[in-house]
Amino acid sequence: MILDRHHRRQLFSHSMTVLSGLAIVVIMVPLIAVIYEAVVLGSPAFSFIFFTQRPALGCAPISGITCSLGGVSPAIQGTFVLLGLASLIAVPIGVGAAIFVVEFGGPIARVISTTADVLSGVPSILAGVFIYTILLQYDRALVFSYGSASLALGVLMIPIVVRTTEEALRTVPNSVREAALALGIARWKTGIRIVLVTALPGVVTGVLLAVARAAGEAAPLLFTLGNSCFHPFEGITQEGCALPLWIFQGATAPYQNWYTLAWGAALLLIVIILVISLTSRVVLNRLVRRMGGQ
Amino acid sequence: MSDANPFPPSSLRTPKRASKWGDRVFIVLTGVGAALVILSLVAFVVVLYVGAEASVKQFGLAFLTNRVWLPASENPNIPGNIHGVVPFAIGTLLTSAIALLIAIPLSLGAAIFLTQQAPQRLRAPVGQLIELLAAIPSIIYGFWGLIVLVPIMRYDIEPNLKSWLGWTGWFGGTPTGLDVLTASVILAVMVIPTITAISRDTIAAVPVSQKEAALSLGATDWEVTRRAVLPYARAGVLAGIVLGLGRALGETMAVTLVIGNENASPTSLLSHGQTIASLLANQFAESSGPLETSAMIEAGLILLVITLVINVGARLVLSRLQTGRGVGQE
Repeated sequence: MILDRHHRRQLFSHSMTVLSGLAIVVIMVPLIAVIYEAVVLGSPAFSFIFFTQRPALGCAPISGITCSLGGVSPAIQGTFVLLGLASLIAVPIGVGAAIFVVEFGGPIARVISTTADVLSGVPSILAGVFIYTILLQYDRALVFSYGSASLALGVLMIPIVVRTTEEALRTVPNSVREAALALGIARWKTGIRIVLVTALPGVVTGVLLAVARAAGEAAPLLFTLGNSCFHPFEGITQEGCALPLWIFQGATAPYQNWYTLAWGAALLLIVIILVISLTSRVVLNRLVRRMGGQ
Repeated sequence: MSDANPFPPSSLRTPKRASKWGDRVFIVLTGVGAALVILSLVAFVVVLYVGAEASVKQFGLAFLTNRVWLPASENPNIPGNIHGVVPFAIGTLLTSAIALLIAIPLSLGAAIFLTQQAPQRLRAPVGQLIELLAAIPSIIYGFWGLIVLVPIMRYDIEPNLKSWLGWTGWFGGTPTGLDVLTASVILAVMVIPTITAISRDTIAAVPVSQKEAALSLGATDWEVTRRAVLPYARAGVLAGIVLGLGRALGETMAVTLVIGNENASPTSLLSHGQTIASLLANQFAESSGPLETSAMIEAGLILLVITLVINVGARLVLSRLQTGRGVGQE
């Protein structure tokens, strides 16, 4: 069939539309496949025991023997301890820096927000190397501990908190600040009780996003957290475990039951991250409404 | 004069002084946060450099050209303690390059579809689904890659690639699934959301007038995209690609699980390999001695410098773009 020039161009245009639509479909395949596998392979591990007990001993699949599973409670505890400690480090520093950038401005402020941008691109495994190298000089006993791992995660969270808090503070109109100052309210009171409180939903969103990212990080924990996936949390100077770390251990071990537990941990981690992301979206919508739907 | 003043100086001064002090404390406290942000980046570079010093002294520039990685050995007949970054640099750059080769057309196609052709009702939810892809942890992609992708690559894809494209020399060796190609595919999956999101935002910001002008000249949908929209969004799309590259270079867990972990330069896309990040993940905690640890920290430092340069470059392009657009609108 011979087409004239106009139809050829139309046909080409339509095929490009189809191709770009196909690109979306191709991109969706891994997303759906990952979630599907996690649900299919991970949900059998879910039970009361999964949340309350330590993993059973590794057990190779030999016929005639049923492997008991156990649970991943040390990893679950560890993840929440780590996220709490890392937030304690990252939130004050990140929010403080963002307030400085937005409320005081100037050339230094620009340097700080660029630095935060650049820091957010640093490979996460290097945060582990960074903290490991420092603590090795300072105190060998602390190299593998919850404290050490929280520092590594905190370093990764700070830039995210800075950038999102900065954006949230900038949504507060300048007229609000000027009105407060005109009433004779001190600058620090304006900054905290008026600007920060108004932008609070945005700040919370930023913190939640940072927590969601830190929750899934395994690389910085490899040489900061040690390996203690069979013992419950005993203190922040002790070795520990976290869900991503347990997934790595289960994925690389030759044991059928650990492998199932690792998929259970993966499913739980996806659920935790989804819940945090959805919560942050709800909170952000409140900010948008508060700012008059800008 | 003082008799006529209804406000004695004390009543004025007290709150003023308090607010002055409050302001000072406020600026110092937030300033400390700000200083810590800068300090953490500086400390990053300094600490890694100090950690790498032993290796820098021992190997000098040869570290950058040496193709061998041999940890200290007990046997005097076998040479030990030779460390070069070349195999891992090749592994890192090769996997990232192939990942981009796969990711760029898919991400651009998706961004174009989401901004130009998709029904209005679908745009936001599909965009959010793709952002969800970015939220799934790297270790889970790696685990999925290990049990789903590796067998598919090994039994279905790689033997075919070998028989069709074997003549190019890029597909030698036995397909194992645990190789450079599989690592690249996983990396592509992980950078696609980054590139798609930034491209979508910049393409969506192209003024409608730009498209209308092209349409009024009789251009087809594709010609509008190709000649009016994409050139306008070029810088932003490029920045997105560069940020995706930055992410690919440093990605650790997913690569570690599927690349095969062999401390040698890959001989083909189907051979085992190692990236700088996967080297650290696998061997940093179990190094043979202080010199090997130091050599690994130096490899990490090189990775840090590369990603810093890439990120600063991309951010500069993006920020120039934003300020440029701001001026244009006003």
